[in-house]
Amino acid sequence: MRWVNRQPKRGDRLLLGALPIVALLILYLVLAAQRHTLNPLDKILPLPGAMVSGMSALLLQPDQLSGQIVFWADTLASLQRLGLGLAISTLIALVLGLVLGVLPPVRATLGPLVTGIAVIPPIALLPILFIALGLGETAKITLIVVGITPVMVRDIVAHVAALPREQIVKAQTLGANSWQIMIRVALPQAMPRLLQAMRLALGPAWVFLISAEAIASDVGLGYRIFLVRRYLSMDVIIPYVAWIALLAIAMDVALTQASRRGFAWAHGAAH
Amino acid sequence: MSALLSLKDLWVEYGDKVVLERVNLEVAAGSFVSVVGPSGAGKSSLLRVVLGQEQPTRGSILLDGTPLAPECGPDRGVVFQRYSVFPHLTALRNVVMGLELEQAPFSARLFGSARRAARDRAAEMLGAVGLGHSLDLYPAEMSGGMQQRLAIAQALIKRPRILLLDEPFGALDPGIRADMHALITRLWRDYSLTIIMVTHDIKEAFQLGTRVLALDKRRHDPHAPHRFGATAVYDLALTKREEPSVDTGPETTLVTREDAA
Repeated sequence: MRWVNRQPKRGDRLLLGALPIVALLILYLVLAAQRHTLNPLDKILPLPGAMVSGMSALLLQPDQLSGQIVFWADTLASLQRLGLGLAISTLIALVLGLVLGVLPPVRATLGPLVTGIAVIPPIALLPILFIALGLGETAKITLIVVGITPVMVRDIVAHVAALPREQIVKAQTLGANSWQIMIRVALPQAMPRLLQAMRLALGPAWVFLISAEAIASDVGLGYRIFLVRRYLSMDVIIPYVAWIALLAIAMDVALTQASRRGFAWAHGAAH
Repeated sequence: MSALLSLKDLWVEYGDKVVLERVNLEVAAGSFVSVVGPSGAGKSSLLRVVLGQEQPTRGSILLDGTPLAPECGPDRGVVFQRYSVFPHLTALRNVVMGLELEQAPFSARLFGSARRAARDRAAEMLGAVGLGHSLDLYPAEMSGGMQQRLAIAQALIKRPRILLLDEPFGALDPGIRADMHALITRLWRDYSLTIIMVTHDIKEAFQLGTRVLALDKRRHDPHAPHRFGATAVYDLALTKREEPSVDTGPETTLVTREDAA
């Protein structure tokens, strides 16, 4: 049987998907054990036990200055920044996407501006943001917004503008004005695409969050990773990176589920 | 018979390409006009101009004696070959939408008793096109024929002065198409509709229409194929010998008059 026609069963798929992950974990453990037999004080590839003890300081003992558990304070601060940035971007993308997608004169007016902003590397704007907005939360959230909004806007605009012309004409023959076309025809059909755009924006959003936290912050997952880097504390960095990956996967799954539940018509349900 | 729709000296050009030239047409209320012609003869352009989706380069269109606004409006309903229904709404809500848009300019939604009344009217209309048992299906869950029935119901709920059909049955199986012919003939009679239908199926054109309009180019320059546009070269009024019956095929007598425009 040709490989293009081989469809793994559900159970097999899970097994196949777990295979490379388990293989990587085993490879890591073998390499770490090897290094530790040569040098019991090795810090580059810590063994799981070292990670547990490294993390227990951050997870169990409150910080002497703030009195907070460091790990949860970092997680909360980062998620708050990420959530706010993503929420603001999504709102802007939805409003601009609908207005630009449905109304050709607005698209002609603002389209080039959005394209122009989109080609600026957001990290290049970080100094401007820090100078203009200070080193606080505003600058970090703004970096995320500036970084992911243009791509999301362009995606939604393209999606709305590509709705079949027949639908827009049909809505007008049913008596719709521009506003009604926007909220009854374009908005509902843009929503599944918006959730998709959010999923794709999550990756860049994390990049901008970690960058901003690495440069100027006093709490946050990215801040902690870059702080302990000075002490070669791989026993903290690796669990933190794994935690970030878990958070990102959870968000991705949540967005996919929201799209399936809320917009079943867009997923070919009940076929 | 009074002319419901009249096209006067209509030209449609795209740049140098002349699609329609000197089209003069009067459509009487209650008639079923089939428009046929070869590909590229401007059948769909004619429909889009009447619909208001495109503007004629020259000439005027009058509906009930008043010039048409240069955009689509609820006085002209339309059913396209595809994409006529909204994929994000169930059948019932697709039809209710026409009433909501009219009665709620800002929210475009109805509540309470107005909502119930609109749903009842929409359900009745869906029953009339044979979708009474499919109110809660999404278009993606329907067959092509059901989607076209839905598109017709959606258009008719607005009681348009004129219904425009752009190859509405072109993508359907022959058996389904026969059912749809029976349906549209019944609706045309029951609701006293005025219909303009573009089709490339000559049999369908004669079977359904009370008048068949053939568009083609009168003049052709082989060195500049776009130099001349199409116009109505045949305009045939059909007198039905009996009520049009889908099973027996076209029982029509041709009262032919070569259009000497």
